[in-house]
Amino acid sequence: MKTIRLSIIGFGAVGQGVARVLRNKRDYLVHLGINLLVVAVTDSHGACIDPDGLDLRAVLQRKKESGTVATSNASSLDVIKNTDHDLVIEATPTDIETGEPGLTHIIESFKHGRHVVTSNKGPLALQYKQLYNEAKKHGVIFRFEATVGGAMPILNLAHDALAGNRIISIEGILNGTCNYILSRMTEESLSYKHVLGEAQDLGIAESDPTYDVEGIDTACKLVILANAIFEMDVMYGDVEVTGITKITSEALSLANVENNVIRLIGEVQDGNKRIMRVAPRLIPKQHPLAVGGTLNVALLKTDTAGPICISGKGAGSMETASAILSDIIVICHKNT
Amino acid sequence: MIISMDLELKDIPGQLVHALIPLSDFGANIMSVLHHHDQPTPSGSIPVQVIFELKNGRLKDIITELEKNDIRVVTVGKKRLYEEVTVILIGHIVHNDMSDTIDQIDNTGFAEVVSISISMPGINEQSSASLVINAEDKNKLIEAMNILKTVAEKKNLLVIEPIENSFE
Repeated sequence: MKTIRLSIIGFGAVGQGVARVLRNKRDYLVHLGINLLVVAVTDSHGACIDPDGLDLRAVLQRKKESGTVATSNASSLDVIKNTDHDLVIEATPTDIETGEPGLTHIIESFKHGRHVVTSNKGPLALQYKQLYNEAKKHGVIFRFEATVGGAMPILNLAHDALAGNRIISIEGILNGTCNYILSRMTEESLSYKHVLGEAQDLGIAESDPTYDVEGIDTACKLVILANAIFEMDVMYGDVEVTGITKITSEALSLANVENNVIRLIGEVQDGNKRIMRVAPRLIPKQHPLAVGGTLNVALLKTDTAGPICISGKGAGSMETASAILSDIIVICHKNT
Repeated sequence: MIISMDLELKDIPGQLVHALIPLSDFGANIMSVLHHHDQPTPSGSIPVQVIFELKNGRLKDIITELEKNDIRVVTVGKKRLYEEVTVILIGHIVHNDMSDTIDQIDNTGFAEVVSISISMPGINEQSSASLVINAEDKNKLIEAMNILKTVAEKKNLLVIEPIENSFE
């Protein structure tokens, strides 16, 4: 039995999802020969630390009742630097301007010889190359399946399951909020403004929806795919981005007449014709990319396997935790 | 160039091969053959419709060769614009000189706007339009799309293009 000691840095929806999944899957992990000990959990107020392993049920309960996990005022960075452990789950919110605090958390983890699994897009969209090099330099593993497509295993699919294939292009729907808005506008012939309000009421869209509806979130995910799968060394500013705010219900009806739907598509293609673009596109209704609701979908064009299409839930606490768990297990296996 | 040809063959075995060999000999890419065996002409010959793509312009040679083989060439129709795309525009389409937008495509000589449907929900509100553009071939279609995108950017119109890859 291999014991891996880990910390959960950031305890919002994603961090709590990870804690729940680790509790639910404890027996399964033991069956795989993995004994996971969560030695620290942090949030913006402080940390709780136990070198013998925290009781996650009590930590979740404390977060629910008092709004924080903190039993000491140690910061996330203190934990990363000073608590002895092998693996850091970096689950703080994305900041696309600075990448912080995630960027510093990840780099410090590497410097202290700790593997990192993250769901935070900011650091990857801004400093992919630096992070890749730092992880390599310190001989640690860096995985980030949860940053693109939530539960949809797109990075692992391209790297592991499709090993040996050259990926020619990827196009897909990588933002559930936009997909929900465009699907509802089409189905009910409602205006953009109306459906946005509805999505905000349902908690599908943020009160400031800019990040989603202007295509910024999709662009960040595209950058991660471009760097991690196509080894492009690009940044957010390299993507041509158009959002969905100008889409009218009349345009959706006109598309419908021709048996098309309109969806926000992220597209990355390497080679002679390098493309990195986020834009609303016309898709035939019977095309596998024409998914509805909050679903995400990706179509990978490969040189040997032909086109491969995957679809799944792009967001949500447990779905994101599923992607993080798969990364944790890969690291545990590689580490034994 | 895409060519549609109506032929008449004698109702004896082996005639269809005689009709198709000259086409492939002169480099035609045969796309479809319709053999109307059940609709003989009053003189008893069988009508056949062939559609093919010809890039080298040796149409005359093909016709001569067919006639040598005793095959009657009834009609030859050329379809000049073969590739088609549907795009959607959103913005102040009409008030930004719509005829100019169309002219920019039509004036190329290799592409045309063949259909427009416009929806105008109200005065001062943005309109939406579905445009069908035809062009001589794929590359010319891409060229026409680039012209449309440049014009649309100047006029602050959003162009929604179809995705390129079909799932095949």
